[in-house]
Amino acid sequence: MSEAGTGPGRATGLVDARVIAVIARMQKIPVDSINLDQSFEDLKIDSLDGINLMFEIENEFGIEIPDEEAKQIGSVRQMTEGIEKLLALKQA
Amino acid sequence: MSRRVAVTGIGVVSAFGDTFGEFWTGIAAGVSAIRPMTLVPPGSLRFANAAEAAGFNPTRHFDDKEILYLDRFAQFAAVAAREAMASARLDAHLGDRAAIVTGCCTGGQSTEDENFHSLYAGNQRVSPVTIPRVMGNAGASRISREFGITGPVYTVSTACSSSNHAIGQAFWMVRSGAVDLALAGGSEAPFSLGFLKSWEAMRVVAPDTCRPFSLDRRGLILGEGAAMLMLEPLEAARARGAQIWGEIAGFGMSSDAHHLTQPLAEGAARAMRAALADAVTTPEVFSRDAGYINAHGTGTTANDATETEAIRGVFDGHAHRLLVSSTKSMHGHALGAAGALEAAATLAALRGGIIPPTANFTAPDPACDLDVVPNHSRAAEVEWGMSNSFAFGGLNAVLVFRRA
Repeated sequence: MSEAGTGPGRATGLVDARVIAVIARMQKIPVDSINLDQSFEDLKIDSLDGINLMFEIENEFGIEIPDEEAKQIGSVRQMTEGIEKLLALKQA
Repeated sequence: MSRRVAVTGIGVVSAFGDTFGEFWTGIAAGVSAIRPMTLVPPGSLRFANAAEAAGFNPTRHFDDKEILYLDRFAQFAAVAAREAMASARLDAHLGDRAAIVTGCCTGGQSTEDENFHSLYAGNQRVSPVTIPRVMGNAGASRISREFGITGPVYTVSTACSSSNHAIGQAFWMVRSGAVDLALAGGSEAPFSLGFLKSWEAMRVVAPDTCRPFSLDRRGLILGEGAAMLMLEPLEAARARGAQIWGEIAGFGMSSDAHHLTQPLAEGAARAMRAALADAVTTPEVFSRDAGYINAHGTGTTANDATETEAIRGVFDGHAHRLLVSSTKSMHGHALGAAGALEAAATLAALRGGIIPPTANFTAPDPACDLDVVPNHSRAAEVEWGMSNSFAFGGLNAVLVFRRA
């Protein structure tokens, strides 16, 4: 998918939606029950779920999340922000 | 009938070499055998270090035809069993009053990996020796044939607790009189690319080294090898003038019934309490002369803090007298062989009066506030030892040892 000309805000929105879709699929919960302000704990994502989620996110975005960064991610927003950073590094 | 049970022979294959002597010399000196991996292509994983039995050469121990039928993990088991037999000064053909109980988590991992890879790459045929090489009991069966052991022979698979469950079962059989001799321990050879990739995906393997109980610990380091112990009734061992490494005094098991991978302090504590009760001792008596605990101590954030909480829960006001070290910092986490290697270390520590350290230690973690014998071994006359194993799946197995 080309994101040329969509601007940073638009691109962020896409990342958010894709992350939320992956979480919904992995946790077997509706998309509209997930928002950026929720922690993994709120979403009942335990340590093993979290590792599994990272794996799916890496596939979804074609990125590799280093172990040390993965340990810092504990909410939906931290996940989307981390992905944007890794995508920016990938494009640079 | 309830008999005291002595350990009269020990055999080890590890990253330190093919003998118990090399293993104990290394860990007693606080040397870490963690090195860059050689068994998988460099750069294929996010971690690069392990405690491989890099010096193990099967042609030194087996002829070519035997090697064809034995995966690396079964070779390790047989070599360790031979050393245990020799050090116990027992001859072959032990018969049906002897048992073998081995622990193994993954079986013939590299055989499976190589054959399935070849199949998926387009080769339509798989070697007919794949099944006998892969089966988890291949090591136990080999030892049975080699030494004519025709009594109870089986293999226990409970991930990282496999060996402790195996040794505990064998201990109970000898104690009860069900058998008069038992070879017990475990072996593991987990270095296939597919299996290592699976560990990488779990994000629990350290990129540098294994630093149990350190504030900056970053995970476990995988290891491989085998250890076998010869168990026999103490009185019989004394009567025949056997060397006695120590006694196995108690065994306790529990299941967390909690989570697939997250440890639970209360589950670990229940296994420790059960092992102390089985040894007819108490936390107070155990720790009176600075008891030694060879910790599960994987070096993961979760294990080491949870294990500390469990030890504090069991030993309460006596915990400060304990010496607690994780020898995984030196021989790596050998999964289904871990408990066997650590039993060998614990017995040697009690007999030699030298407590092996937690190597690679950098900074204390307030969540792991025990005396973890950082970096340097310590001379200490210790009466009691304990060796902890806590497996994925929440299965806990703890052995209690006593100096002979």
